[in-house]
Amino acid sequence: MTPLSYYVQDYVLLASLLFSIGGVGFLVRRNVLIQLMCVEIMLNATNLLLVAFNRLYPASMIGQVFAFFVIAVAAAEAAVGLAIVLGFFRLRKSVHSDDADILRH
Amino acid sequence: MTIGSIHFLLCAVACTAGALITVFSRNPIRGALGLLLTIVGIAGMYLKLHAQFLAAIQLIVYAGAVVVLFVFVLMLLGQDATDQNTSRRSSVARIAGGTGLVAVFMIAAIRAIHVYSPASHGRFPSLREDFGSVSSVGAQLFSDALVPFELSTALLIVAVIGAIAVARSGRSKRPIGRARVSSAHEYFAGPIRPRDAGHPISKEPTL
Repeated sequence: MTPLSYYVQDYVLLASLLFSIGGVGFLVRRNVLIQLMCVEIMLNATNLLLVAFNRLYPASMIGQVFAFFVIAVAAAEAAVGLAIVLGFFRLRKSVHSDDADILRH
Repeated sequence: MTIGSIHFLLCAVACTAGALITVFSRNPIRGALGLLLTIVGIAGMYLKLHAQFLAAIQLIVYAGAVVVLFVFVLMLLGQDATDQNTSRRSSVARIAGGTGLVAVFMIAAIRAIHVYSPASHGRFPSLREDFGSVSSVGAQLFSDALVPFELSTALLIVAVIGAIAVARSGRSKRPIGRARVSSAHEYFAGPIRPRDAGHPISKEPTL
């Protein structure tokens, strides 16, 4: 058995597992907060891929820099998303994403 | 089984278990703690991948800010944030469908790895000493990626202002449909209130 963690394939597998769990959770769950957490899991999985491939091609560190930007965008997304969840809760007294149907005609 | 393999396995199990806890938890507080476990596991992965700076940033930003923000919102919403009245049958159908989707995705990923990269590829090369350190990442960040860095600061400012604007309580509701400022004199001298009854409004607008 080859030792783990010396090949990029291990990280690709783990990242795709995390991404699919997050994506399926986003689709299956109906709690808006859980859905936001699943988005964070998916962003983390892509970040792991960026860093792993930067480890494979270490001429520059632009992958890590890109992961840094993804973290910044994820922080902004969490802040705005949670503010929207608060506004939604104030409007409908619910965090169930099926209740967000005011724009439906 | 080397130390590196054990490190990788521990972090992988932590990540996967945290993600599963997040997806399956009925109580969102448990979901937030599962997210925390995932984040800590990924920070361990970053350490394994010689990205010390990113591991620190991951712990500070995600575990220190994002998860705490989630927990704050959960505390604010209280009992209303938990799922009620999910029927057993629909949850079984969801679990089955979700497991099927994950299985399909994983099979696709494994096939893609086998097709596009034979096992001889993808071995990590040896590194120079300062790969991933704070100074080298910072040097790259402030030379090649300077403009996106400054733009990300603008993004964070906009996000903070937007979050404040969206999450403010809607107590100061204005009547919609009728213009609030009725005349130029009222605009300059302010609205006429009951306390102004004895005092005539001066003709000269005072700014």
